[in-house]
Amino acid sequence: MTVEPRTSIVWEYAPAPEATDHLRLAERYGLFIGGAFCEPAEARYVPTINPATEEPIAEIAWAGPRDVERAIEVARAAQPRWAALPDRERGKYLFRIARLIQERARELAVVETLDGGKPLRESRDVDIPLAAAHFFHYAGWADKLRYGVVARKVEPLGVVGQIVPWNFPLLMAAWKLAPGLACGNTAILKPAETTPLTALLLAEICQEAELPDGVVSILPGDGTVGATLVRAPGLDKIAFTGSTAVGRDIQTALAGRGMELTLELGGKSANIVFEDAAIDQAVEGIVNGIFFNQGHVCCAGSRLLIQESVLDEVIAKLWARMGRLRIGDPLDKNTDVGAINSAEQLERIETLVAAGEDEGAVRRSVACSLPERGYWFAPTLFTDVSPAHRIAVEEIFGPVVSVLSFRTQAEAIEKANNSRYGLAAGIWTDKGAKAFEVASALRAGVVWQNTYNHFDPTAAFGGYKESGFGREGGPAGLRPYLRVVR
Amino acid sequence: MSRRLAHVDRVGIEERAAQLGARSIKTTAKQQGIRLAVSVIDLTTLEGADTAGKVRQLCAKAVCPAPTIPEIPSVAAICVYPSLVAVAREALAGTGVRTASVATGFPAGQVSLEAKLRDTEDAVAAGAEEIDMVISREAFLAGDDVRVMREVARVKDACGDAHLKVILETAELGSYDHVRHASMLAMEAGADFIKTSTGKAAAGATPGVCLVMLEAIRDHVERTGRIVGFKAAGGVSTSKAALHRLVLVKETLGDEWLTPDRLRIGASSVLNDLLMQYAKTESGRYGRSEDFSRE
Amino acid sequence: MARLPVRKTYKLWIGGAFVRSESGRSDVVGDVNIPRGSRKDVREAVAAARRAAAPWAARTAYNRGQILYRAAEALESRRAQLIAVLDGAEPGARARGETQARAEAEVDAAVDVLVHYAGWTDKLQAVLGGINPVAAPFLSFSLPEPTGVVGIVAPDEPSLLGLMAEVAPALAAGNTVVAILSESAPHPGLDLAEVLGVADIPAGVVNLLSGRRGELAMTLGGHRDLNAILDASGDASLGAELDRLAAETIKRARHGNAATSYDQAVDNALERIAAVTEMKTAWHPVGA
Repeated sequence: MTVEPRTSIVWEYAPAPEATDHLRLAERYGLFIGGAFCEPAEARYVPTINPATEEPIAEIAWAGPRDVERAIEVARAAQPRWAALPDRERGKYLFRIARLIQERARELAVVETLDGGKPLRESRDVDIPLAAAHFFHYAGWADKLRYGVVARKVEPLGVVGQIVPWNFPLLMAAWKLAPGLACGNTAILKPAETTPLTALLLAEICQEAELPDGVVSILPGDGTVGATLVRAPGLDKIAFTGSTAVGRDIQTALAGRGMELTLELGGKSANIVFEDAAIDQAVEGIVNGIFFNQGHVCCAGSRLLIQESVLDEVIAKLWARMGRLRIGDPLDKNTDVGAINSAEQLERIETLVAAGEDEGAVRRSVACSLPERGYWFAPTLFTDVSPAHRIAVEEIFGPVVSVLSFRTQAEAIEKANNSRYGLAAGIWTDKGAKAFEVASALRAGVVWQNTYNHFDPTAAFGGYKESGFGREGGPAGLRPYLRVVR
Repeated sequence: MSRRLAHVDRVGIEERAAQLGARSIKTTAKQQGIRLAVSVIDLTTLEGADTAGKVRQLCAKAVCPAPTIPEIPSVAAICVYPSLVAVAREALAGTGVRTASVATGFPAGQVSLEAKLRDTEDAVAAGAEEIDMVISREAFLAGDDVRVMREVARVKDACGDAHLKVILETAELGSYDHVRHASMLAMEAGADFIKTSTGKAAAGATPGVCLVMLEAIRDHVERTGRIVGFKAAGGVSTSKAALHRLVLVKETLGDEWLTPDRLRIGASSVLNDLLMQYAKTESGRYGRSEDFSRE
Repeated sequence: MARLPVRKTYKLWIGGAFVRSESGRSDVVGDVNIPRGSRKDVREAVAAARRAAAPWAARTAYNRGQILYRAAEALESRRAQLIAVLDGAEPGARARGETQARAEAEVDAAVDVLVHYAGWTDKLQAVLGGINPVAAPFLSFSLPEPTGVVGIVAPDEPSLLGLMAEVAPALAAGNTVVAILSESAPHPGLDLAEVLGVADIPAGVVNLLSGRRGELAMTLGGHRDLNAILDASGDASLGAELDRLAAETIKRARHGNAATSYDQAVDNALERIAAVTEMKTAWHPVGA
């Protein structure tokens, strides 16, 4: 009989990789137009890469100008019949899609992780469930539009072009398609260059749901496909989520054309910690705010504003907590921080981080062993940051947090608002009155109090200033897809 | 006199505790975790019907939980009422398994301080190496922090060489803010371990409660340099729950805390579930209650 | 010899269990024995509904919507059976010479009504509630909450759709319900109980009782632990009596006509929901 020694052990979590043998991925995917997968007019197939391994996963057809034109024709032809369906029938198609996403949840989560690099825990617990929930929520609005938008009569816009980013591929597709379709529009979705796969699986789901042909088209490709879509005649609206730079291009391209437009762009959101915050929970919120999805989040809390009286305590706790982050194989269920989405994005992060060091901020990066292949960046903390530093002003879109201090509530508000962006903010305080006053003073579209990065289909999301305009979620998310007739 | 409560955000704490419950512990990590969990158990019987016979059988189980699986270690300690301490000491002689006793009018603690001290002295005299006391919730809920601390300090004195675990009875305290506050009071008054519950109340060592107490310990150690151990008791009835508590400790305080000198789980039925899960990792079969002895 | 079918025994559905009436009595309706629910059954049902009320209200609106949608899935999958039961079950419909097509339309409408209200669970708050722009430095908001336990007197006909039109809005608003089924055609309601019993409806959230309507409705309407009564009986004197009983504990009471079509069940959705909803207004300072 053994008596266990009374010294401590090191308890390693064994590798816990999610299985991939259940996946049913094709070697090659065509475009999805008119309810069917088809070859592009000019054959162009590009592999989509797993950023954790740099291995190709499947070959993807990229759309050309003639494909864009055809998709718009097909969508235009399908739109009147789609809009003329009894509202509740339209809703029932969306309920079907929601349930199918739930049924194929595991598969979708694994594919999302393989294609984009985010930890399986996130795609499984956040991306996929929220995508299903979004379809479920908007399914129920289809026959209740008169309650969601106050008007005597509304009608759909017609055909909408929707361009989504690579950080939450399926979820962003759901944010765009669900309200658009619920309101009676038909849609052409352009997924991001590096993450087309879950959109293509969503196309399969649309087929399984027997969605009428032409209601949804999926056109993968790079930025030129998006640019073509934006400039093509025959669309009533563009909805875009992505960088402010591209958003600006799109807004310019639409000038004078009388089209509807919504933009959800970049951010440099302030996460504000007051001295009377629940400090340990604030540290969790900071970590969640900037390291969730490797910081590839438009609303990431990338500027950490700490009240000076608790500055050292928070930094010490934050640094210790960062040391517990598990960085590595995104498919491992215990991974907290996955791969950077692409070589290009990694280079952008590295450039800005180098600038941060050059400008005099103090950098600390978590010591971790990173795999040989793939794109990786260790979670990084910058202290001694000044408001003028590039790392305090520009969006890094990576696992890098810049710490600034403030003395008073008024100063925190001023610093937080001192940005061209205005997407989100976090407020950590135990005092309700303060939380609400700061919330009302912040020029940000989403304010999280004592939490961060919480999303719900019922809660409107969108930015102020150069973070974009228009809202997604809740009844506010219906307006951008309807025209008030009376 | 008004007290300043620490701020703990319930939604945040419970989210973090639940997130850590999603850690995937498989294969070698699971086996190692199960053996670790067994090694930190305070195998407990605290019933009106306890007798010498029952306690002796439990002691045999404590020393050798699974004769058919030699790599399963002994548990850390046996925990009984004061009247059965002598029986336990004798049964455990020479085994390395320690004898812990509840005291101070466990579980309600609604007796005079004198009675609590006498209870403690009796247990120590009978051979208890560890004392699990209850704080006065009556004093705590009335806001009398001074009395709460004074009682802990007096009991600590009465313990002599025995180490003192202070039970907060978290289910009766009202909120996580109060749990954290009570943790600080107990540690400041000299507790060697802080413990969640008696196991006799409506709730015990829930993940949220454990995390709050672990964070309080972390801050106390950081501030004073003095190590205080953590015991989770009440409601840890499955292997999954036990492993979850280990994960909470590991990711809040570090691997250095995964030792019976700093961590205990007070339980009875979880031991057989741990053995069953361990056997499954070897054989691949789901087990049945008859596969292991019941005392 | 042809195969002997196994006949169904109809039971009440109370607290998630299928039970005979405590009275042990039954009535013959059509060709079958229908349990004759008693006052004590009503008492058990209200107790079960009360136990289930807080947990049901505490679920997220999304979760309630999912549960109601799944109940619609279960109902759709039993479409053929319910059509067969409905067809010819209602004396009034028989008298009017209505055909199977009507039964089909009624079942389809009942499913769609359930889907419609499943989609309300996470929207009624935005539509009924809101922020109050008070003239002082406070954040003031009003939000709708379920009233609690809702009693329902279902119409005689349509026995399935009429029942669904009363039950679904109450559930969507977060309430639990105790419903007295159509006296002349209780079978579709009791079959609905079986359908809901295998969907994810938590025990006690819906309780369906058959029996003598007059007697049961009076017991239900006079029960002091009921928060609201929805009367779709179409019986004016029963309605008046229910109003008098409601006054004893200031219950919310609504009288409505039986919904005979999908549109009639949903066009006044907001009014139906508001009738079983309380508005809570809260204030919090905005300052420092």
